Amino acid sequence: MKTVLKKHPLAIRWFHWINFPVLAVMIWSGLLIYWAYDPYKINIAGKEYFHFFPKSFYNTLHIPYRLAEGMSFHFAFAWLFIINGLLYVSYTIFSGEWRYLLPGKHSFKEAGQVLLHDLHIRKYHPPQDKYNAAQRIAYTAIIVMGIGSVITGFAIYKPVQLNWLTALCGGYEAARLEHFILTIGYVLFFLIHIAQVIKTGWHNFQAMITGIEIIPNNTYPNTAIQNSPDEKA
Amino acid sequence: MKKHDFFERTALEGDAKIRRRTFFSFITFAVASATGIAGWKWLNHQPQQAGALQPLRKTLETNEKILTSTFSEHRLVKTYPKSAAVKNVRVNSLIGTKENVDINAWRLHVQKKDGSTALFSLDDIKKLPKKDLVFDFKCVEGWSQIQYWSGVPLKDFITANGLQNEATMQYIGLQTPDKKYYVGLDMQSALHPQTMLCYEMNGQPLTQLHGYPLRLIVPVKYGIKNLKCIGTMYFSNQKPPDYWAERGYDYYAGL
Repeated sequence: MKTVLKKHPLAIRWFHWINFPVLAVMIWSGLLIYWAYDPYKINIAGKEYFHFFPKSFYNTLHIPYRLAEGMSFHFAFAWLFIINGLLYVSYTIFSGEWRYLLPGKHSFKEAGQVLLHDLHIRKYHPPQDKYNAAQRIAYTAIIVMGIGSVITGFAIYKPVQLNWLTALCGGYEAARLEHFILTIGYVLFFLIHIAQVIKTGWHNFQAMITGIEIIPNNTYPNTAIQNSPDEKA
Repeated sequence: MKKHDFFERTALEGDAKIRRRTFFSFITFAVASATGIAGWKWLNHQPQQAGALQPLRKTLETNEKILTSTFSEHRLVKTYPKSAAVKNVRVNSLIGTKENVDINAWRLHVQKKDGSTALFSLDDIKKLPKKDLVFDFKCVEGWSQIQYWSGVPLKDFITANGLQNEATMQYIGLQTPDKKYYVGLDMQSALHPQTMLCYEMNGQPLTQLHGYPLRLIVPVKYGIKNLKCIGTMYFSNQKPPDYWAERGYDYYAGL
């Protein structure tokens, strides 16, 4: 007999794995749309450091001249993105899972310690629940970003009928830039997320599919990460 | 809430049960992934309807229904002072504007319900009170520009010329004189108070590139619906043909 931890409820696993391809389609179709007017660049003191995006990037991904196609995908898959996101948020609220996801009072301080730990600067990290402080901040931020993408998306989509929303975003052009920045945010989130999942290993990863994680030696994971006596949690 | 109740979500399970559960979870995951991939392939192999994959075209039409039913003509596009308008107004398309227009011969052809065609010269249109509109013109490509247009609200034109009966139909269609560019507009967008038949830009008569002698400015739509150089206007309960909607774009194209 082994002790298994029921880590991820079935619903959350479905929402997670549905969101992954849906968001991928949203980002890809968003690129098809962005290509038709791609003014964003990183300029520091008049010097251009990066243009979103270089021609080679567009050509590699077959982005050019597909605006209409991009719009047709974007405004269909947006429904899936919104519905799946709403279901996920509702589920976390009604199941109580939000308790493990929302950052608490100490999360911001602890997140720094987690970061130092992950960078191998600090040996111990603060005691954690399902998620550590950095994860709580990241997994909550991604939901806030999702809501931001929906709000800025609607602000660009219907700037007259929803003119109050567009005004809230600081105007039409601002809303488009915000929508774009949030997308860059997803890509950065994705890269860090993948790196962390690889680093943490198979047992953690498979739990997102099976829902369970076997606890070695029947001890709780967090007791295996006992703080050293000289460090206060 | 207790400090570590998350770690109490545990159960004692035998190896066989764990193996079985893991196996079925991965099978479900594989089947779901394969279904997703198959669904994606299916979608991309659907026939095209007016340049868009059929299921996506249907979704655009569903979106259109939602948007038409929530549309309010009281929601206005934001307006700006004339000083905010750009001097170099962007020209994005020349389709339908390549022929020189002889203003003495040009007439706006309005096809009426009884089958007759009413003709209007530019002077006829100019007799109605002129209105200015400075707003952020939005292109489907994503750019926008604050532009200054003047002319007659389409609604005023319809009322003044006894076209109320025609305006009970669902759509207005517009064509350039050479019929190379054409758009269809839902009636509520056409009757929006800021939808105008324009003959001036930045206080000057329109140039040929901007749709001389008369063009449509419809701020509740993307630029693709703002037909330059109107030749014919007609009314219909069927969606009039629309140049860009035949090429994969959303028919509604509303803002």
